[in-house]
Amino acid sequence: MKTIALSWRYLWSRPLASALNLLLLTLGLAAITFLILASHQLNNGFERDLAGIDVVVGAKGSPMQLILSGVFHIDAPTGNIPLAAVKELQSNPQVARLIPVSLGDNFRGFRIVGTTQDYVRHYGAALASGTLWAAPMQAVVGAQVAKQTGLKAGDTFAGAHGLGSGGESHGQAPYNVVGVLAASGSVLDRLILTSTESVWKVHESDTALDAQDQKILEEEREVTLALIQYTTPLAAVTFPRFVNAATEMQAAAPALEISRLLSMLGVGIDVLKALSGVLLATAGVSVFIALLSAVRERRADLALLRMLGAPPRKIAGLLLCEALWLAAIACLLGLLLGQGLMALMAWALQAEKSISVGAVAWPPELVRVPLLAVAVAWLASLFPAWEAYRVSVFELLQSR
Amino acid sequence: MITTRQLAFQYANGPRIEFDDMDAPQGSVLVLSGASGSGKSTWLALAAGLLPASNGEITVAGQLTGDLHKASSDAWRAKTIGFLPQKLHLSSALSVHGNLELAQWAAGQPTDDKSIHAALAVLGVQDLARRMPPQLSGGQAQRVALARAVLLAPKVILADEPTASLDDESAAAALGLLLATAEQLQATLVIATHDARVKTHLDTGFKPYLSIKFACSPTNTGASGYKINSVSVA
Repeated sequence: MKTIALSWRYLWSRPLASALNLLLLTLGLAAITFLILASHQLNNGFERDLAGIDVVVGAKGSPMQLILSGVFHIDAPTGNIPLAAVKELQSNPQVARLIPVSLGDNFRGFRIVGTTQDYVRHYGAALASGTLWAAPMQAVVGAQVAKQTGLKAGDTFAGAHGLGSGGESHGQAPYNVVGVLAASGSVLDRLILTSTESVWKVHESDTALDAQDQKILEEEREVTLALIQYTTPLAAVTFPRFVNAATEMQAAAPALEISRLLSMLGVGIDVLKALSGVLLATAGVSVFIALLSAVRERRADLALLRMLGAPPRKIAGLLLCEALWLAAIACLLGLLLGQGLMALMAWALQAEKSISVGAVAWPPELVRVPLLAVAVAWLASLFPAWEAYRVSVFELLQSR
Repeated sequence: MITTRQLAFQYANGPRIEFDDMDAPQGSVLVLSGASGSGKSTWLALAAGLLPASNGEITVAGQLTGDLHKASSDAWRAKTIGFLPQKLHLSSALSVHGNLELAQWAAGQPTDDKSIHAALAVLGVQDLARRMPPQLSGGQAQRVALARAVLLAPKVILADEPTASLDDESAAAALGLLLATAEQLQATLVIATHDARVKTHLDTGFKPYLSIKFACSPTNTGASGYKINSVSVA
């Protein structure tokens, strides 16, 4: 019989205590797994959506709100900016590429974004079917939108006013779906894309009284914000300052705002980390107590093993092995449970049309979970194993 | 074979126990009798190489136990000594078969199902191999414990109070079993007991045996403690 098999039998000879310890260890490890996965997915999601956007220019207000609304599409925008001002920025030598983004309407809670085809190219999204828009009132829907609303190329739909579902419907100006994007994991998955002109058209045809009025409206055309890529990294120093000081608009650097956001979230994550640490420590103490009482209960059995010729290190190894069994099972269950919780959160976020979380991932930081499990088991079994090591055979002869 | 010469053991801050010289040939029966605390356990521990002698020497199956180092003493004990503890100490986490496997594990040997089966068969308990110890009767448990003791074919069997808490009939059966098993293995059988029925049983069976009678007798004034006397062959 191998020590591994023997320790397994000893472990389950006390099923209740072992199950309880397993539960405690599993919960602690699951919490840690979940935290690692959540921060990995969040960082990944931010990074993916942020890729290549150096600065966002929009109406004055909270810079974080501007980033959240313009890049991640999870907040309301700060307002609109005049098209003329955006065009002026486009001619700025420090601007390599400018993607205008116009928000304001939705279809069943999915945002309708008026933009240029550069936006699609920026995220490297491919078409699953159909084509990109070529004329106003043509729309391309993201993968998640297509999946949840059933929209496909050839369908028509009417946008509703506002960013959440339930706004006033723009019935007179329906969109034609001309294409569906393949899932890319980026923010595009949950957007409906169309040309900037479409957004103007919807609102102008809704409100214009006559041709003259239409002309005035056309002169006052606006977009919500502009996503900008610099020609040179040096622009990061001067460009935002220029925009903030010399125009009525504000420039916000996404990288800065996101690191601010993450540091705010970081406090929460730290609290959760501390909590799961406490959970794990409790599990460790519980394993320790169980092993120690097991050694004391089995003292005579262990002494007999010594009498039968087992060297002390073999007896100590038996205890250690028992703890490692617990660690191994708890590690496996904890990883699975953590992934399950993450999947649940991904599902909840998707249902709220919030930031998209990628598929099941096994980031390398997860190595910490088995390492922690083994460390806890090892620490918890150290003293009991030593007690087992010291068991004297002579006690067996004197147990009268 | 067990030989002692000027053997003595001194407890730290305790009594000193001296043993008379004796020679027990291989395959003989040796009875250690005397009240609890008279030194039987000490003698067993010395014979099993668990305690170092303070003086003199004890040779068990050709091995001077004093020459054994800690690690080699474990290996030596595994293959030389079969031990039948008073409380049997069958592990309730394991089946009967598992308890015998445990002996092979402790000795650092691979599991050998054939010899486990054979050892159980010799004692007539091969059908109980899958049972758990709590499901065994007292007599069955003792047979299983004896099977475990003789599994590795030891040269010496140490039986600690094998008849304690048994009625007359069971005690006789247990002794008969012990004697038969030891004879079959040609092993030296050492029975430590304070039970007078053991000697009676041996006497009525006309079984020759050696006897060490442990009695407390102050050898000197002061702390030197006890001297063990009288080795006799019956």
